[in-house]
Amino acid sequence: MRSLLLTLAVLVALPASAQGAQYRAQTGTFALTGCRIETVTNGVIERGTVVIEGGQITAVGTASAPAGAIAVPCAGGTVYPGMIDAGTRLGLVEVGSVEETQDVDEVGDVTPQMRALTAVNPSTIHVPITRVSGVTTTLSVPEGAMMPGTAALVNLHGYTPEQMAAGFEGVVLNFPLSGRRGRFDRREQSAIDEATKKAMEALDEVWEQALLYARIDSARAGRGAMPYQPEMAALLPVVRGEQALLVEANAAADIVKAIEWLDGKGVRAILTGAAEGWRVADRIAEAGLSVITGPVTGLPTRASDRYDRTYQNAALMAQAGIRVALRTDDRMQNYRNLPFHAGFAVAYGQEVGFDRQAALEAITINPARILGVDDRLGSIEVGKSATLFIADGDPFEPATSITAVFIDGYQIPLVSRQTELFDEYLRRDPGLSMDGE
Amino acid sequence: MIRTLLFTLLAVAATAQTPLDLPPADARGSVLLRGGTVHTVTGGTLEAIDILVTDGRIARIGQGLEAPRGVTVVDVTGRHVTPGIIDAHSHIALSSVNEASNPIVAEVQMRDALDPADVGIYRALAGGVTTIHTMHGSANPVGGENETIKLRWGTLDPDGLLFEGAPRTIKFALGENPTRVHGRGRGIRPATRMGIEQVYREAFTEARAYRAAQDAAREARQPLPPIDRRLETLADILSGDVLVHCHSYRADEILMLMRVFEDFGIERLTFQHANEAFKVAPELAAFGAGASVFSDWASYKFEVYYSSAYNATVLTRNDVRTSINSDDAGLLRYLTHEAAKTQRYGGLSDDEALALVTLNPAWQLGIDDRVGSIEVGKDADLAVFTDHPLSIYARVDLTYVDGVARFDRARDGDDQRLFVDPEEEVMALPSRSDAHSASCMLGTDLYELAAGE
Repeated sequence: MRSLLLTLAVLVALPASAQGAQYRAQTGTFALTGCRIETVTNGVIERGTVVIEGGQITAVGTASAPAGAIAVPCAGGTVYPGMIDAGTRLGLVEVGSVEETQDVDEVGDVTPQMRALTAVNPSTIHVPITRVSGVTTTLSVPEGAMMPGTAALVNLHGYTPEQMAAGFEGVVLNFPLSGRRGRFDRREQSAIDEATKKAMEALDEVWEQALLYARIDSARAGRGAMPYQPEMAALLPVVRGEQALLVEANAAADIVKAIEWLDGKGVRAILTGAAEGWRVADRIAEAGLSVITGPVTGLPTRASDRYDRTYQNAALMAQAGIRVALRTDDRMQNYRNLPFHAGFAVAYGQEVGFDRQAALEAITINPARILGVDDRLGSIEVGKSATLFIADGDPFEPATSITAVFIDGYQIPLVSRQTELFDEYLRRDPGLSMDGE
Repeated sequence: MIRTLLFTLLAVAATAQTPLDLPPADARGSVLLRGGTVHTVTGGTLEAIDILVTDGRIARIGQGLEAPRGVTVVDVTGRHVTPGIIDAHSHIALSSVNEASNPIVAEVQMRDALDPADVGIYRALAGGVTTIHTMHGSANPVGGENETIKLRWGTLDPDGLLFEGAPRTIKFALGENPTRVHGRGRGIRPATRMGIEQVYREAFTEARAYRAAQDAAREARQPLPPIDRRLETLADILSGDVLVHCHSYRADEILMLMRVFEDFGIERLTFQHANEAFKVAPELAAFGAGASVFSDWASYKFEVYYSSAYNATVLTRNDVRTSINSDDAGLLRYLTHEAAKTQRYGGLSDDEALALVTLNPAWQLGIDDRVGSIEVGKDADLAVFTDHPLSIYARVDLTYVDGVARFDRARDGDDQRLFVDPEEEVMALPSRSDAHSASCMLGTDLYELAAGE
């Protein structure tokens, strides 16, 4: 009788505690033991320990676990730094075709004061779906006209945008397109040229205004407030070279024009997109620009291009000496596919020297360096944020499973709506229902 | 007229210059692939095995095979051979996709819109794909007839692509696309999933009456009633001569169509996309319906919000014949990789994963007696990979259709176009592509409006 009561009590208690353990991230002191460790920056440790304390990595290698540490056995798995997708709409778009769920494109041509961090939804289903795959950090990028807003790097754990903020914000510039926008762009060539000229003039005018605003601000040196011009205030740190400008350009001609436009401006520019970067890789390298490129699995931009140009784009740019990071820029919100983009870049890029290590760097330490957060993210090093994951094999391989994920020292539950649907429907109960309806 | 002539001349010139010197569409090749790891799909994985291809067919599979006189030997030691990849859902090689003018357009045929010069064919071959089901769009509850084609790159004759003897198939569509185009776009039925069901019931009732009137006239030796192409095709669906491939997402609409088909005695049915098929897997298995799904697409429309990358695994484990499709010119190039994701999302075996893009789509298209596995007597549609075909590091080196190498990476040139259009716009698009809904809605007013800006 007593044992029956006990059993009942356990049964009643179990769901609550199981749920707590399953759905909420846990923090504390952890010892990841018996691990292969790909540090990214300091080679591979074949068997060692990673200690996590206070949200940071406090030991890597031969250290023993601190007293009271929660043991997380690697069981032959490998520790990697969390992967960084340097170009997404994560948190800004919930459902692709439902406008009410989109906060990615504000009205206006020049709206750099629109901050992605304001609208990144910590509760989106896409956060758990993405992070259980080891993609722990994403750059959420506003879209739209010339300067649609300020992108934000976020870690995929937190209940407020501030808790998610990962230390980088940068203003987006969609560099004016000089060509046709697509198959359905039926404008005359003269109309396209005219539109391009106007767009460049508009960009130059905005820049002149921003420079003027900055000069006045400097001259005033704190004596009295500036007139309320939020878009100019948002550009102030950009024209002063204190904040990065993410310059989106894809066609070879537009990349070259962007390089020429940036010349002498003293801007901390990062080239993004660069779909045809391989065509003008030497020019990009000469300009000293770093590049965030992708999707690797995109189609070639021209019918006459080799079928594998997009797969090789990152490799060809890296070969020219450019620091390259990858992004998924995925319309289906499949940011979890980032490691597969990296894998494709290796499969087709290894013949020009882009090996697995290069690809791993392109989704960890390179984006961290390009975005200026490599003091915290991008490698397994003492003192860095404990943002990492354990995989039971090569994380670029589809058959590999991710067995543990940590973000800022929080152990992330490996559940998402998609795993819940799997658990519920693999063996559905009740079963067949066609009859008797 | 002059322009047409000019095009023809240019086309001929371009064909002659293709780096591969590709043979005509009716060519059937002979080759001995020596020493590869052979993924047969139906008979397991065989190490260090030779495949002898004679006149486009697989003649022998074994060790130490001799090449008959004049047959080229290709050493594939250390490489992997799979059946040619099959895509049950594509829209490439088409000059138009939607006839959106009526909720039912059973009378139109994609065969009339085939474009053999679409460079998408070559790009697909470069991913090991040999057969695709190129489909009408999703604007209508009943769209037009699709076409099953072989990727015989090199021919400019549309009929040269046809998969000889493949069953006729037709496109149906449920949910948001047809209700958006007709109900909300033009104020005619269907505007809801309720309306879609009744469109089918009315159409099949009418087609049944039409065929009955024909039969009665024949019986009575009376003149036949006037031929109606739309009702002819619908009646052919009722008689099982046309297989239905239905664009679908939600579980409830999938159940609805199975009930309608049961009432009208229609048996062969494959649900396309079918993001929520996993929710009604037992019902699909009981009906005997196929499901052709994306590996991991979700959230591009509201009706796919409750999707899961575990869809294919749940379906397979519940005995539903499942394939993974592309519905996309980009994804079409790496279907093996899409299939491989089922090993992360649910742990399917190698053979189960490979069957998703070979034998299972072949079964759904009614061509599994000809393609989809490596067996003696089947068509020599084969892909040679540098690595295990489910590895991310695998690249395709060679793709054979009917024993003819239609893709050869070693001989791949910078520009593989067959057809150089002197008026073609040279444009470099940003890499950001349109949302998925655009491709299968090509040709509808809504798409033109959206894409025009």
